Amino acid sequence: MMNYDIVIVGGGPAGLAAAASARKAGIDKILILERDNRLGGILNQCIHNGFGLHTFKEELTGPEYAQRYIDQVLEDKIEYKLNTMVMDISKDRIVTAMNRTDGMFQIKAGAVILAMGCRERPIGALGTPGYRPAGIFSAGTAQRLVNMEGYMPGREVVILGSGDIGLIMARRMTLEGAKVKVVAEVMPYSGGLKRNIVQCLDDFGIPLKLSHTVIDVEGKEHISAVTIAEVGPDRKPIPGTEERYTCDTLLLSVGLIPENELSKGAGVEISRITNGPVVNESLETSIPGVFACGNVLHVHDLVDYVSEEATRAGENAAKFVEAGCRETTSGEDIKLIATDGVRYTVPSTINLGRMDKMLTVRFRVGAVYKNAAVSVYFNDERVMHNKKRIIAPGEMEQVILLKDKVAAYKDLKNITIKIEQD
Amino acid sequence: MIYDVIIIGAGVTGCAIARELSRYKAEVCVLEREEDVCCGTSKANSAIVHAGYDCVPGSLMAKMNVRGNEKMDQIAEELDVPFKRNGSLVVCIHEDTLDGLQDLYDRGIANGVKGMKLLNREETLAMEPNLSDDTQGALFASTAGIISPFRLTIGFAENANKNGVDFRFNTAVENFKKDDEGIWHIRTNNGEYKTRCIVNAAGVYSDKFHNMVSEDKIHITPRRGDYYIMDKEMGSFVSKTIFPQPTAYGKGILVAPTIDGNLLAGPTAIDLEDKEATATTQDGLDQVLAGAGAHVKGLQIQRKCIRVFAGLRAHEDHHEFVLGEVKDCPDFFDAAGIESPGLSSSPAIGEYMAGLISDKYGFRKNEHFDPISKGVLNPKNLSIEERNELIKKNPAYGNIVCRCESISEGEIMDAINRPLGARSLDGIKRRTRAGMGRCQAGFCTPRQMDILHRELGLPYEKITKMGGDSYIVRERSKGGEDK
Repeated sequence: MMNYDIVIVGGGPAGLAAAASARKAGIDKILILERDNRLGGILNQCIHNGFGLHTFKEELTGPEYAQRYIDQVLEDKIEYKLNTMVMDISKDRIVTAMNRTDGMFQIKAGAVILAMGCRERPIGALGTPGYRPAGIFSAGTAQRLVNMEGYMPGREVVILGSGDIGLIMARRMTLEGAKVKVVAEVMPYSGGLKRNIVQCLDDFGIPLKLSHTVIDVEGKEHISAVTIAEVGPDRKPIPGTEERYTCDTLLLSVGLIPENELSKGAGVEISRITNGPVVNESLETSIPGVFACGNVLHVHDLVDYVSEEATRAGENAAKFVEAGCRETTSGEDIKLIATDGVRYTVPSTINLGRMDKMLTVRFRVGAVYKNAAVSVYFNDERVMHNKKRIIAPGEMEQVILLKDKVAAYKDLKNITIKIEQD
Repeated sequence: MIYDVIIIGAGVTGCAIARELSRYKAEVCVLEREEDVCCGTSKANSAIVHAGYDCVPGSLMAKMNVRGNEKMDQIAEELDVPFKRNGSLVVCIHEDTLDGLQDLYDRGIANGVKGMKLLNREETLAMEPNLSDDTQGALFASTAGIISPFRLTIGFAENANKNGVDFRFNTAVENFKKDDEGIWHIRTNNGEYKTRCIVNAAGVYSDKFHNMVSEDKIHITPRRGDYYIMDKEMGSFVSKTIFPQPTAYGKGILVAPTIDGNLLAGPTAIDLEDKEATATTQDGLDQVLAGAGAHVKGLQIQRKCIRVFAGLRAHEDHHEFVLGEVKDCPDFFDAAGIESPGLSSSPAIGEYMAGLISDKYGFRKNEHFDPISKGVLNPKNLSIEERNELIKKNPAYGNIVCRCESISEGEIMDAINRPLGARSLDGIKRRTRAGMGRCQAGFCTPRQMDILHRELGLPYEKITKMGGDSYIVRERSKGGEDK
């Protein structure tokens, strides 16, 4: 069995940033395991720009953004294995992986960083009635086919769901000469970033139909049409609102699911809300020494936040290794409670002993709020009240907690984050 | 050439007959309009091996079901088909219909079904804790099982092929007539075929072919069944196949684990005219939710579903298998009206039909008949050492292509390159399960296309999901270059 201080599962933006920060923190033996044939993960197919505005203060494409981190990993001579699938992670941190040249092999890891990213929800998960012909793709699969393989799925496109990849693909397919007829979104708001709605739909005159969904798929061998209908507040179709669109392609952008089969196999506790691991302030899961970051933890809106989060995961994994692969804390955890519109928080608990001077708590809301405030309560006392013009599910929100304040508060058991309308 | 027997249809029935005929010295050919075996009813059903208690005693259905069930262990062993006798429960949730369980039990006894037991409420719930609180009792049948319908059909076909049976795909029979010398001339979209004997195993179309030659008309109704298939994390929600009490429309909406570890709920029974209408409807799916929920509690079908699908049963008006030579048309044999329990009965139907045909034509035994066929190698059944040995010999087994089901490139190459191999994504899926997992091929589609392109020399635009017009990509993107 091989031995590494830190094994990182996934060589996308999260895994790369975690590796670089763990190295910076002084860890020598780091191994990245990547299933694809290059580092960079899903960024490699995101050839549009808009990445890195926060991190690098410039607009990069996905591959350019990834390259910054790949360069760092190469410069640091961090080991990685490509075309390698991790098959199993055990709770005592033995990682089993496989590839063509090494066969199936096992690694004993001082710490494991989960950075597997997420996958797209398929049409099957929606229970959409109709046929199941060719020509139905998740937006990310289509993105790979167009941007990396160089093939167009079709010329007349309907998009179900307004997640960011769907919005980006609406523009991409249009630029490739296809006609994107409509984007239907079952919710009364988009799940994507405002800037993507403006730049990818509005600028190209592509209609976005909120509170609409696909209720029938036609075509036995290849898709030939879909029927879209308006849905009521119960998300059930409203009779009489049906509209039929002929098309040869249906793209789905109906949600991303953190890919945690390996985590579950190891016994990591998973949140029912995020579908990602439940983590503490160190981004450590319920299994000591197993950390998580990026979209495997919770789905992010911007890669900049993934990098920032993964950097912390790398630092914390390094601390764990330096402490002899042991927990370094004592005392009660402070619980973070998400309520009144806040769906979840990452992290879920804080241990003062390990808390950094500043801790970014990230979350998403469950509906669109206008002129509302993000409030933070220490026990029952409101300590923060940040007014915002708009808070939407498509954009990740954050509050920053200062260790001084948290430590100074007597008998602090719960920190509650909620949305308050004035 | 003139075949001794031509079978129309490469579903489980046609392939089972072909395999049993390959025990004899006879020239046999199977004509199939689709690009692969197992493309119709055989691919979209409950994947259940029924015990045989609900068929009318004395019917062909009863005989074939019980015999087919008995033979399934041997068939599964010989053809390397995943099969498990998980047992079934017919669950009664209304006190006033408890007598119905006794009736089913009595029928089962009359049909020769072994291993049945009537259970009271407590015994039932002890066996299957997730059943409805309304559970009153159940009929347990230990011989009921779950099987891969794909692998069974493919197993029959591959073994038939190994023993000399020809298969012609993308070959749709248009019509046929017998010449003065008693030879059938079958016209297809793919040339003419000649044979001494036709076997009609055309599923929902079996009435069409029967009625072309016989005055004694039969009528097949495509009876649609809608299904939900759930994520593998639900695979052990129930361990037995859970049936409601049967009605005039069939065995009702069941909940069952699949042999591959998913959970299945369905089917509906919706009579149609259109023999191609395999689309689910909202109404049908809602019926599945209600039906499954009535017998199994806490089942979050919509939250855990990964796919919905529908299949068409070939329902004959008398709900009976039509097996044998057509009275007013010698040398034309029907295997028609094969609906549930058709999959369970297939080993017996094959045996019965091959017996009738070989008797009539005096076929001699094929002493070279080899009953054994190996399916696509599944490395998951190997130890790490054996697996590494395999990867050393063929590194493709070290490359995982389908992450959800952990299917390697080696398995996909095996599926493509074996006799009667896969030609499409669905062909690969039915042979290996690649693309059948929770992401539903979102991840592996481009990777599988690369392998199909390389192994078959297919241009990307010609790669299909399931043959015909089911192309995946239409043309190059503006920046696309030759790979």
